[in-house]
Amino acid sequence: MEKTLTFKNGIKDGLPIGLGYLSVSFAFGVGASALGVPFFISTLISMTNLTSAGQFAGLSIIVALGGILEMLITETVINSRYFLMSIALSQKLDASFTTAKRFFYSAFITDEIFAVAVSKKEDINTNYFRGLIFLPYLLWSLGTFLGAITGDILPTIVISSLGIALYAMFIAIIIPPSIKSVSVLFVVLLSAAISCVFYYVPVLNENVSSGFAVVICTLVSSVVMALLFPVKEEKEKEDAV
Amino acid sequence: MSDGLKVFLLMLTMCGVTYLIRMLPFVFFKRKVKSRFIRSLLYYIPYAVLSAMTFPAVLYTTENFYAGLVGTVVALIAAAFKLSLIVVAILSCISVLAVLLIF
Repeated sequence: MEKTLTFKNGIKDGLPIGLGYLSVSFAFGVGASALGVPFFISTLISMTNLTSAGQFAGLSIIVALGGILEMLITETVINSRYFLMSIALSQKLDASFTTAKRFFYSAFITDEIFAVAVSKKEDINTNYFRGLIFLPYLLWSLGTFLGAITGDILPTIVISSLGIALYAMFIAIIIPPSIKSVSVLFVVLLSAAISCVFYYVPVLNENVSSGFAVVICTLVSSVVMALLFPVKEEKEKEDAV
Repeated sequence: MSDGLKVFLLMLTMCGVTYLIRMLPFVFFKRKVKSRFIRSLLYYIPYAVLSAMTFPAVLYTTENFYAGLVGTVVALIAAAFKLSLIVVAILSCISVLAVLLIF
């Protein structure tokens, strides 16, 4: 029998994400103040966006007083992966997610929150999701604020080593299921391989933004795998991420 | 247009786009998908997204390539032992810091 996920379960799962966010948003705050952006602007950006790549890109457009259209295109491309994540996560929601609540909670879907939520065996309810997003949102905003007002108190070398934290979390999410399931291992390797092509081939890395490259890698590798190795109903349940 | 107004409009555009991209599928995808192909696609997407975002970017989180490499290997090994997310992250950060301090 499946247990119901609670608010407390959510808080517990959200803690490591929040700690990771604290360091990244701190770096965002430091970077913003180095560019001469007032602390209330950078903090407000973090509170209204809750995304790393999109904010770093958006901040540089704001500092340069770039065009609205440039902002629109950049953010659409970088954040388009959330579109795929939202679709995937929408399949795991229980009845507690009414339409009004979906309008609200959708604002908090990030790479890490998505990864943790979608990896749950049980369906997701609003109590759990509220717990899950609480610390990440709080610490993302707080980290930006602290970074912006305290600037460079931490040695650069420490900030630099914190940069790998979120990637290490991603690795911790994808490796165990890759060991357990060959088809998962294939999709991970295929996606990583395509991603390396976008990263290392000059023509591609000069013309394709990293956010858009992620979307292409995801679609190509998932479509190939879904065609070659469609999953069975029981298998989805058994090792749902 | 004043700079203040422009900054405000840019911030509004930024958060508006970011929100809409997340909200539209979340609100309007209500029914469970029946198609086996689409279900398979949705099953693979999370792994594919995370893998594409991680590799090879994880190697270049610091300016020292070897620090990134060591941090990545440590994370892979720790993850293979099924350690929790936060433990994997901390071990990886410590190993990166160690390499940066030594070299």
